[in-house]
Amino acid sequence: MSAPLLEVQGLRTHFFTREGVVKAVDDVNLTLERGRILGLVGESGSGKSMTGYSILGLVDPPGRIVEGRIALNGVELTTLGEAGWRKLRGERIAMIFQDPMMTLNPVLRIDTQMVEAVLAHQRVSRAAALEMSRDALARVGIASPDERLRAYPHQFSGGMRQRVAIAIAILNRPDLIIADEPTTALDVTVQGQILSQMQALCRESGTGLIWITHDLSVVAGLADDISVMYAGRVVESGPVDDVLDHPMHPYTRGLLDSVPSHNTPGRPLAQIRGMTPSLLGLGEGCAFRTRCTRVVDGCSATPVSRTPATGRSLRCVNPMP
Amino acid sequence: MSTAPALLELRGVTKQFRAARAAVQALDGIHLDVRSREVVGLVGESGCGKSTLGRIVSRVIEPTSGERLWKGRPYREYEGAASRPERLAIQMIFQDPYASLNPRMRIVDIVGEAPVVHGLVPRAEREGYVAAILERVGLDASLMRRFPHQFSGGQRSRIGIARALAVKPSFLVCDEAVAALDVSIQAQVLNLFMRLREELALTYLFISHDLGVVRHLSDRVVVMYLGRIVESGPTAELYAKPNHPYTQALIAEVPRIEARHRAYAAIRGEIPSALDPPKGCHFHPRCPHAFARCREEVPALRRIAPGRHSACHLNETPP
Repeated sequence: MSAPLLEVQGLRTHFFTREGVVKAVDDVNLTLERGRILGLVGESGSGKSMTGYSILGLVDPPGRIVEGRIALNGVELTTLGEAGWRKLRGERIAMIFQDPMMTLNPVLRIDTQMVEAVLAHQRVSRAAALEMSRDALARVGIASPDERLRAYPHQFSGGMRQRVAIAIAILNRPDLIIADEPTTALDVTVQGQILSQMQALCRESGTGLIWITHDLSVVAGLADDISVMYAGRVVESGPVDDVLDHPMHPYTRGLLDSVPSHNTPGRPLAQIRGMTPSLLGLGEGCAFRTRCTRVVDGCSATPVSRTPATGRSLRCVNPMP
Repeated sequence: MSTAPALLELRGVTKQFRAARAAVQALDGIHLDVRSREVVGLVGESGCGKSTLGRIVSRVIEPTSGERLWKGRPYREYEGAASRPERLAIQMIFQDPYASLNPRMRIVDIVGEAPVVHGLVPRAEREGYVAAILERVGLDASLMRRFPHQFSGGQRSRIGIARALAVKPSFLVCDEAVAALDVSIQAQVLNLFMRLREELALTYLFISHDLGVVRHLSDRVVVMYLGRIVESGPTAELYAKPNHPYTQALIAEVPRIEARHRAYAAIRGEIPSALDPPKGCHFHPRCPHAFARCREEVPALRRIAPGRHSACHLNETPP
């Protein structure tokens, strides 16, 4: 059997601040096969975005990857160095941000930006690069792409800009796309359009997709697998149906119970008490134990990741029955 | 229920924003009744005018035309010191818990300023009054000397709610009040809204793009599209059997935990620019059922069942 598309093992990305060490990503494992979609779910500060940035080698000081392996098609990335990572980004791994203006340059026409992205990685003529750009725009559902190529980003709506950012991400036919909340700022009807296109793109091209989001409902409809993060750690992961129908970690259970559409209208929502802990100086033990309803003595030791069933992982000493 | 007089009524409310070369029709002939102790959810996508409507209701801006009635009397009749409690009765809760609190003011001043200025509470009793309100919204009153940056997002939301409650309102306009919060914190704040409604007999106009949140909280839902109300009705009925093609699309697109590995069958296009809205029914360029009449004639909001209204020509023209 060949190596999986992406394998992350024991990844730790820490930030060395004046106040102390922030363990933004703390011993994270992820596996992604070709053409599959992984939903990486967590609330603010859970480390989900920083996990994505780490895979792209986009961690800036005072942060750095202190430990762990990131292998793409069996090739180790953490030892690549800046030049190697730079070649990889945009070619083998692409990123889609929540705000498409992180990707787009406001003073350049779309064709300039897209052709540049192709020529940076492929030895093709400018005309061929333009043709590829036109195709990419058409694939993400942009009508009259020829006309749109000559426009500037400000002439697009928010949804259209995000489509252009996605078109740029797929330009060089990457193996892996990391998408960080790309539909959070969009209207629900536009979100539906983009989700359906991303699904189709992955299925057709075999691209692996990591969809980073706080929204469990989006992951339910989109992803094959799910990893739930809390305070820098993956607390639970597995196939989407298994995890959402039979959550084992009390945090996953609590998150599901907090979703209004998952509850009887008008009834009080089951809420997780308290709030997310500061990652600064987070000591030993399960980070969720101060909010957990199932806390036991063993929770004061950091729970190890174990495999309670095929394809699933769990970090909890007293899981849901 | 339906015979009770409305607490708030909007009659043909219109709002135009004028810029140098163009005018935007943000609201177009809005009729809306909100009864006492009712929770009305106002949903729609960006640019549909829902926030403008909320601001007009709470006197932040004036309508271009149309009438606003509070307890059956026009807003303009509530002038002078004697009507002050009535003017304060409608308060607004904002989306961004970071931008809507003055970073240089302590919580005791943020919450306590308005009731003292308006003479609801003597200055000497201010701290006790603020403490009681903070406790009511689930904040530790001993934190009242702190500044906003010392609180989390969820706590700041509670401070915003406490500030609104401080002038003893009976009607809250909540504009995306939980949109910026994490799911677990959002659940806490939604529970707070439901508890306060019971304890203080409050009425809500709950503006949100999140149909799941609105369904959970609202008795009745009003759906807007490009400045017009396209459908309204009791929450359960409207979600179970949406009438307007736009409402149908909106509800179909809502991601749900129960809907796995779904194929998203998205409706076409995006909301057109309010600078140049389509003729006739604003939704016709995206509507799968549009026919000739939809391109020419604006559909009126008509009663389709008891308590339910929809603005669609399909309801009159047999297919």
